[in-house]
Amino acid sequence: MLTYTIRRLLVAIPTLLFISLVIFLLLQLAPGDPMAQVPLTVPPEVKQKMREALGLGQPIHVQYWKWLVQFFWIEPQVMIDYFFGTGLAEGKLRVISWQTRSPVMDIVVQRIPQTLWVVGTAYIVGILIALPIGIYSAYKQYSVFDQAGTFVSMVGFSIPPFFSGVLVIVIFSVNMPRESFFWFPSIYDTTLVVDSWASFGQQVRQMVLPVMVLALQITAQLSRYMRASMLDNLNQDYVRTARAKGLSESIVVMVHVLRNSMIPVVTVIALGVPAIFGGAIITEQVFKVNGIGQLLITALFANDLPMVMTLTFIFAILIVVFNLIADVLYGILDPRIRYD
Amino acid sequence: MTDTATNTAAAPASPSRWKDVWRQYKHHKGAFYGGIFLLFITLFVMVGPYIWTLEFDKLDIRAKDMRPIYTALWDSDAKVGWNHPLGTDNLGRDLLAQLMQGGRASMAVGWTAMVLALLIGTLVGVLAGFFKALDGILMRFTDLVLSLPILPLLLVAVTLFRERLLSVFSPETGMFILIVAIIGVTSWMQTARIVRGDVLALKEREFVLAARSVGTSPYKIITQHLLPNVLSPIMVSATLGLATAIITESALSFLGVGFPSDFPTWGKLLSDAVPRMTEYPERVMLPGIAISMTVLAVNYMGDGLRDALDPRIRGR
Repeated sequence: MLTYTIRRLLVAIPTLLFISLVIFLLLQLAPGDPMAQVPLTVPPEVKQKMREALGLGQPIHVQYWKWLVQFFWIEPQVMIDYFFGTGLAEGKLRVISWQTRSPVMDIVVQRIPQTLWVVGTAYIVGILIALPIGIYSAYKQYSVFDQAGTFVSMVGFSIPPFFSGVLVIVIFSVNMPRESFFWFPSIYDTTLVVDSWASFGQQVRQMVLPVMVLALQITAQLSRYMRASMLDNLNQDYVRTARAKGLSESIVVMVHVLRNSMIPVVTVIALGVPAIFGGAIITEQVFKVNGIGQLLITALFANDLPMVMTLTFIFAILIVVFNLIADVLYGILDPRIRYD
Repeated sequence: MTDTATNTAAAPASPSRWKDVWRQYKHHKGAFYGGIFLLFITLFVMVGPYIWTLEFDKLDIRAKDMRPIYTALWDSDAKVGWNHPLGTDNLGRDLLAQLMQGGRASMAVGWTAMVLALLIGTLVGVLAGFFKALDGILMRFTDLVLSLPILPLLLVAVTLFRERLLSVFSPETGMFILIVAIIGVTSWMQTARIVRGDVLALKEREFVLAARSVGTSPYKIITQHLLPNVLSPIMVSATLGLATAIITESALSFLGVGFPSDFPTWGKLLSDAVPRMTEYPERVMLPGIAISMTVLAVNYMGDGLRDALDPRIRGR
């Protein structure tokens, strides 16, 4: 297992390098000019100097190499400096955003908590709802509950987040009377400081709608997987044996069947994390959450290539890392799987 | 029993098998009604503009901000009229005509992108499954593409290439080509994996061996013997692909990187209506419902098709 993990980690490095190269080359084709916003009174030769100061005059492979060095060598040093108070990265050039002229990673670090709060909560809520639904639907296959669950997850699958988001805004934030308990704000207020129970309540309330939209999608997918996985196991011989031994029905289902059914579901949960981050781009846009998805969109429209490059690459890292985690988890959880 | 099973698997084009599939498919209520709904919505967007001849981009500023006719049921003061049964937008463009036109765009993008993704996916899958030498490199490539962050890359690609394509083609055509191409080249991977797996299993079967032994060329083996047999997984991933393509196009339009502003698609209509959704909720609801219902219908069809084509997984 350890050798497998190490091998996969080694394979992940060229994969990530290749992905970063693809993104970089794609961005090189961008027609935009970071100096487009500079006033026309600035003479062209000064503009040219400003461009060179951003590192634009150099050949492509030099630019790519510099980005690699900045992202993989200098940024980790900055992180170490931040945590241990050392001075490794002092005076070294970091990845600079063209919009704000400040380091990209600083902005990303500011934005990540919002995304993590919303996405993380939605994922946990989604899992907590999906698993019981999946278990019960499989146990009572073709019952009314199962049919209803299938229908709801089909609907959850099919409604795109930009519509379900708008829909819940219309219901809970526009048509609901303001003083009602079920009124929720449609705009996520990032400046809210949670320091009392009242502000904590406010924080919870503003998270309800985005979390609801994201959790609907997660629930729809996960409950299907859970159900299918439970169905695979419920008819196995070992279940009959467990029942024949006289074990109670709850122990048979919740211990014997569930433990085996969770193996593929856990990997699906791990695989779904990057997709949720990607899907959160739209949800963040709908609810005006200023997380990394919204950062990506604004950076795109502002032609801020270093920011776009870094953010897209962060998404790629998420995908590669969670694929790895899923595969390793599968090997650990299921003793029948042997990678070596 | 085994004998007939092998026979039908080897010659899936026989009418009795498709009749059986159709019987199973009809049995699946959701899939049956999903199919009917998809037919209906296709007719609505294809034939509709010939019946409802009002042009979708005709400005009628005097009749702006009209409500749908059913609003009159609970609000007798509402500005409604039979000349615009679903109301008009803030420039007086007819919503019904816009919905038809938007549906045309969304469906056209969905179908074309799906067909493109299927072609690429099947090609890669068959090549990787049939020719051992290509398998490793093609599947590594598929894995690489699978680990690309699709939505961010879509956004990047659309914003970057828009200007260039629009200068070559007309705005609508350029955008259509761009969106279809981008969705197509980013969603073929699942099909490729499934097709490869099936081809790998199929090419060890006796009928392929027999074909090979009488000197059939690889091209003939692929087109005559392998492709008909991988048709069912391809059809199932076609439905999934259509659903995703429609949603992706709408999402791009919603984020403001889709078609130009005077060219309606369902996603575009929805996102344009969001700022004033408190006063005119129907302008958000109608396109949103159209997208969701179409995708739901297609998903149900995929479900039913999978059940009908593979009896072992029926009811999962």
